[in-house]
Amino acid sequence: MEFGLDENQKLIEQSLRGFLSRTVTLDKIRQVVADRGGFDGALWDGVLALGLPGLMVPEEFGGAGLGVFEAALVAEALGHAAAPIPFVATNVVAPLAISLMGTAEQQGAFLPAVAAGEARVALAAGALSGATGTTDLHLVGGRLSGRASGVIDSGGASHVLVLLADGRAVIVAVDDEGVELLPWPSLDRTRPLGTLVLSDAPGELLDANPDVMGAALGLVDTARLMLAADTLGAAQRMIEKSVEYASQRVQFERVIASFQAVKHMCAEMAASLEPCRSLIWYAAHVQDTGSADERRTMACLAKAHLSEVGRDVARTATEVHGGMGFTDLMGLHFWFKRIGYDRQVLGGPERCRQEAVEVQDWLAA
Amino acid sequence: MDLSYSRKHRELQSEVRAFVREKGHLSPKFGGGRKRPNRQELDWQGLLLERGYIARSVPRKYGGFGAEPDILETAIVADELSKAGVSPGLLNQGVLIVAPTMLELGTEAQRERWVAPTLRGETIWCIGNSEPEAGSDMANARTRAVVEGDTFVINGQKIWTSSAHYADMMLLLCRTEPDAPKHKGLSYLLVPMDADGIEVRPLVTMTERAEFNETFLSDVRVPTDQIVMGRGDGWKVAIASLKHERVMLGDPNKQLQRFHAIRKLMQGVTIDDRPAIEMPEFRDRLVRLQAEVMAAKFHHMRLLTLHDRGEDAGVAGLVQKLYGTVLNHKLSALAVDVLGEGGLAYDPHEISEDDPATTWQIDYMYDIGLIIGGGTSQIQKNIISERGLGMPREPKVQLSEKRA
Repeated sequence: MEFGLDENQKLIEQSLRGFLSRTVTLDKIRQVVADRGGFDGALWDGVLALGLPGLMVPEEFGGAGLGVFEAALVAEALGHAAAPIPFVATNVVAPLAISLMGTAEQQGAFLPAVAAGEARVALAAGALSGATGTTDLHLVGGRLSGRASGVIDSGGASHVLVLLADGRAVIVAVDDEGVELLPWPSLDRTRPLGTLVLSDAPGELLDANPDVMGAALGLVDTARLMLAADTLGAAQRMIEKSVEYASQRVQFERVIASFQAVKHMCAEMAASLEPCRSLIWYAAHVQDTGSADERRTMACLAKAHLSEVGRDVARTATEVHGGMGFTDLMGLHFWFKRIGYDRQVLGGPERCRQEAVEVQDWLAA
Repeated sequence: MDLSYSRKHRELQSEVRAFVREKGHLSPKFGGGRKRPNRQELDWQGLLLERGYIARSVPRKYGGFGAEPDILETAIVADELSKAGVSPGLLNQGVLIVAPTMLELGTEAQRERWVAPTLRGETIWCIGNSEPEAGSDMANARTRAVVEGDTFVINGQKIWTSSAHYADMMLLLCRTEPDAPKHKGLSYLLVPMDADGIEVRPLVTMTERAEFNETFLSDVRVPTDQIVMGRGDGWKVAIASLKHERVMLGDPNKQLQRFHAIRKLMQGVTIDDRPAIEMPEFRDRLVRLQAEVMAAKFHHMRLLTLHDRGEDAGVAGLVQKLYGTVLNHKLSALAVDVLGEGGLAYDPHEISEDDPATTWQIDYMYDIGLIIGGGTSQIQKNIISERGLGMPREPKVQLSEKRA
């Protein structure tokens, strides 16, 4: 029994965090956000060299074949850096979907391309995750029509994985005829969302899994957990920045970090966030090992709870920075918005808690 | 991460389940504390000790079960007992603070003498830390102990000594080295409560019950070997015992048990002829708290793993008391709200088993006492920000400046 990271996991975390702290500077974030529509080829090459696109791809298809637990560590590190790099859809949900729902042939066609970073697959999951935007999709004769908003990891996507309301999944190629992936200006500039417009578009239907709905909901669970882990990292960074700023900023001839009013704000943030790390670890571990009900329960609890704690930390950390926190100068808002995105995509906390109640069967007293 | 159940763990799980099925009906209603344990509570404590469901890794010669430390075993036992709604045993200061402190810092003779009867609930302890002028600033203790021959002669006053009115022994913080600096002049003495010169006055709290006391010591004599560690080592003992106290007050098993109790309450209490659990507003609050309780539970497991590995927990090791006591209060607040108007029923002097309202109201108020006691939330935040986040101490203000 060990409730913690093993040596291999620590190594993954260290190498990734080293890379991110060297490359994802505030200047880099601003540059990617301003010029590149939220996608940067050099950063992508960097994560490719680290093997992130192949993280969840089975070894036989050129990946590392690791689990959701390792992916959660990566998500946390990316949130910590506010990295403008596609991950949740492209590196986690897509390879899982193809592995769990695709035929052997489809796996052979897609997975190596995912691991090689050539296929970057965005995700339209609104039909199953309580999206507030449009999800109006029709699959007729193997061709897909309609619209889906809130497409995750749109920046630089070559494909989109579309989840249908009945659990089936379709992969469409962005440059195919009848497929339009339009940018949808949204709050978190580091991870642009898109709107998918389809008219009689060709697609690759993934329905090889006998429990297609179970598999699709499992993808939503995993994606939600990744978002919660991203918030963990982003909120952690906001606390670190608060302590750092308060330790330098002088008012009344003292660093403001020596005022209890400020110290207590920082302590409250740390006290509410520290236990979240263990919640994420357990919820991630359950995705790899638990029953469908446990996976759903823990993913929902983790996403809902991190959404709430994340919101408090985002606000408090901004306040600790005073007027500077409110300006664009310090870039603190990139993390604030990152946390907002994690909260709102794929079902907000109210929706997640409702699902947690349903799956735990509390109403059948 | 390796949370897998080995055969040993699966066996323990079915063993605890079988135990609960066979013996669960013998469990007392509450975890104990706030009054001297009755026969039923002592018997239950004995059963749990015998099975190794408490003090599992305490050596047998000190009254424990003598198992190798294994955090999953501890977690399995806690989980099964709380799911079944049976008592996890006595949760008093002797079991949770004095015994572990004694095991850590006591002499062999002291461990042999005190640990086993304390674990069995036969020896009840109170702790004399706080004084009227030494609350959050505990090292300011003024109660003095002077050596005369082979005895300490103690004079002073303690406050907030919970259970002093029925305790057998007191772990007493006092000043033995008046000339040494503040933190170096303290010692911890073991004082029998029936010694001459001890007067205990009950302190009635907002619950209408006397959960605490003021304890006056006038020329109380104890032998000089009734000391934990050496003279002047009191602050070291305080840090060890306060660590155990913070763990006790933040104990996630208590929260887990409460969470299950509230879920059951919400299934039982009806509002407009419908179970409260069907009301989305209450349900949403319950699920919010479930996540917090789960986070506390896994956080505790993470800390135990760090401890096993000998790794520094950093800030993670400092947040349990603050987090746990506030969470407890949120839990009891939900229970009180679910009970609605009926939750105002209050008879704290005659608590009957079918009176959930009084029980939850007592918890709801007592929880505030626990947020304040054992180092207030504000002291906890100082500890977290200074020791955990490396932020500087508030500069000292001279008393004379205040007057100027």
